[in-house]
Amino acid sequence: MISLLASIPWEMLIWSLAKAVFVIFLVVLPLVSYTVYAERRVSAAIQDRVGPNRTGFPTTLLGFKKDLQLFLGGLGQPVADALKFILKEDFTPGGVKQFYFWLAPCLAMLPLVSLAFIPFGSSFLGEKMVIADVNVSVLGVFAVTGCGVYAIVLAGWASNSKYPFLGGIRSSSQMIAYELSMGLSIIPVLMLFGGMKLSDLVQYQADNGWLLLPLWGGGLSAERWLMLLPLAISFIVFTISVFAETNRLPFDMPESETELVAGYHTEYSSMKFALFFLGEYAAMIVGSSLIVVFFFGGWSLPFIPDGQGHAATFFQNIFGDFYALLPDWFWGLANITVFFGKVALVLVFFIWVRWTLPRFRFDQLMKIGWLYLFEIALVNIFLTAAILAFTSK
Amino acid sequence: MNPLLFWFFAAMMLAFGVSVVLNRNPVASALSLVVSFLCLAALYVGLDAYFIGAIQVIVYAGAVMVLFLFIIMLLDLGAEQRRKFNKVALVGGSAVALGFAAQLVGVLGKFPMGNKPFPELKLPPGESLNDLQHVGETLFSVHTLPFQVIGVLILVATIGVIVISKRELK
Amino acid sequence: MAYVVQRPELTLKEKAYLPSIISGLKITFGHFKKMLKGETKVTMQYPEEKWDAELPEYYRGAPTLVKDEHDRERCVACQLCEFICPPRAITITPEEIPADSRFAKVEKRPAEFKIDMIRCIYCGMCEEVCPEQAIYLRKDYAINGVTREEMVHDKKKLYELGGVFKGLVHKWNPEK
Repeated sequence: MISLLASIPWEMLIWSLAKAVFVIFLVVLPLVSYTVYAERRVSAAIQDRVGPNRTGFPTTLLGFKKDLQLFLGGLGQPVADALKFILKEDFTPGGVKQFYFWLAPCLAMLPLVSLAFIPFGSSFLGEKMVIADVNVSVLGVFAVTGCGVYAIVLAGWASNSKYPFLGGIRSSSQMIAYELSMGLSIIPVLMLFGGMKLSDLVQYQADNGWLLLPLWGGGLSAERWLMLLPLAISFIVFTISVFAETNRLPFDMPESETELVAGYHTEYSSMKFALFFLGEYAAMIVGSSLIVVFFFGGWSLPFIPDGQGHAATFFQNIFGDFYALLPDWFWGLANITVFFGKVALVLVFFIWVRWTLPRFRFDQLMKIGWLYLFEIALVNIFLTAAILAFTSK
Repeated sequence: MNPLLFWFFAAMMLAFGVSVVLNRNPVASALSLVVSFLCLAALYVGLDAYFIGAIQVIVYAGAVMVLFLFIIMLLDLGAEQRRKFNKVALVGGSAVALGFAAQLVGVLGKFPMGNKPFPELKLPPGESLNDLQHVGETLFSVHTLPFQVIGVLILVATIGVIVISKRELK
Repeated sequence: MAYVVQRPELTLKEKAYLPSIISGLKITFGHFKKMLKGETKVTMQYPEEKWDAELPEYYRGAPTLVKDEHDRERCVACQLCEFICPPRAITITPEEIPADSRFAKVEKRPAEFKIDMIRCIYCGMCEEVCPEQAIYLRKDYAINGVTREEMVHDKKKLYELGGVFKGLVHKWNPEK
């Protein structure tokens, strides 16, 4: 028994746990709830409204004269939302399949698992800022997101009601269709990089220019500039697929209110509904971090060094002395901030698109997925292969 | 791989495998099969075969089983009826199973490799573990022909499906 | 007869869909930017900003009772408003004015006058029907309370809100 205990790599376990707790509970869950808030504020601004701007922190309860209103106002809204969800009546309709009805919302939080594979920073105190640094992390992410369908299918089926069922079916066929184009569209990136380890991919971009912005290091070669064409195509296809995978407008078929009430979570109330809601936004965060990692250099900003105080050679030569002034852990933290800042920007883009476009019809959605994106992604692979073959000589 | 993890996932896998057979509700069976696949993937990952593990999850848990569930739900299969056991078949079936198990134990006990601990795998110095690369190189150099043949086979199957589904009923 | 809809022929640019998405994004971004700059006219932020100064003269707020310049209640408890009130929000208990009062000539006054502000629909019919011009709809709109009882305005509260109103009716004026 003692030998068994000794064989457990405690140090790695504790580090992984610390990273997981940091990412999920200190960053991503608050990010999720504030994405919901941002969604409401941005949509309001786009539609010439004000949006929720009043919910401050109730300092009046503590005896102060006024509630604390921060610069924008309404920053207490997510807290109030969460309280509301928890305190609501949890109503289970009759005739549902109890076990699966409870299982589905739990599975809805599955997208959070795929965050384990995503490098959210360079290194901090000498520890790589990625929870599971495996050499097939791209596949890992796809594996986890692929299992995300179960929550929706089960919710639709267990509700024992026709609209949720239709929503569940729509969602699963949509996810299967777009998973293909999502997986295929990313292959040019992997071909150029020649591997599947996300942390190395980001390091490569930090040294050689982001894939869509090859302006320094190895990015200044003719090959990389030629590659911009297939990379741009794969970026567009990937982004569209991420929209479809996360059930965001213009592809929010599973819960199109006008047709299906609320889709697969029609019968859910209280915290169970909130879990679906959060799961959807968590999937959005995973999707945008993937976009950032693949195309926009993850944690890297050209003039900020990594957690060891090293930047790309070009910037190292200019600012090298300045980098040495500040401790490495500061740069490590800066990288983490940069990563989540980029993710937040992509999230705003998601919200922006949602409040711009109307919804597709379901047959149009299937047509786009199977007839256009899939083929474009396939041709794009051949194009990439041709460019790589000609330039490598 | 830590033996604790191995026993945990192996036990889970077998338990859910049994539940696939014993469950009378088809959806419960399908979901048990998914959990069983996930545990199998965990075992692969424990052996540092990340690629196989990830592919296992993507292909089986992420795609095949979703389609399975889909069909089960669309056909709305109810729970299976309990059947009366045919005593002769029961006795005969268990006798065959027991005989096979006994044979297996006997052969494995005498098999010289079965009594030796597996030699620890060591990477050549200076080479990092990259199972993805190894799988790719093996597939496209040593096993190119079988790989291509399988590709053609799948293509034929796909075309066959389209032909069958497009054929007009008379 | 079947009617064939003529669909417009799309150009390649329109078929590609992405250019039109981008122009759509531009439009929404324009609105977003205007909002951030504070150029968009938005709804009034109520408790901080109020419209009180711009309330028109004919605004129909809470109904109130008024007294005249001699500090006499104008209401003579004729109960017309009670009858006309569509939601039946008004309850009047009339009483005789004692003989030693200065206004004994008027004979009747309300002993109690209650308006249930939960029922009141601010229609202004009571004001219209009142022969004595005793009830007026004023500009108070923020009527609130914690209990139902609080929301019933009694005579004291109504006079408090209404105050003194001069002019127009003179038929009970002893000097005339």
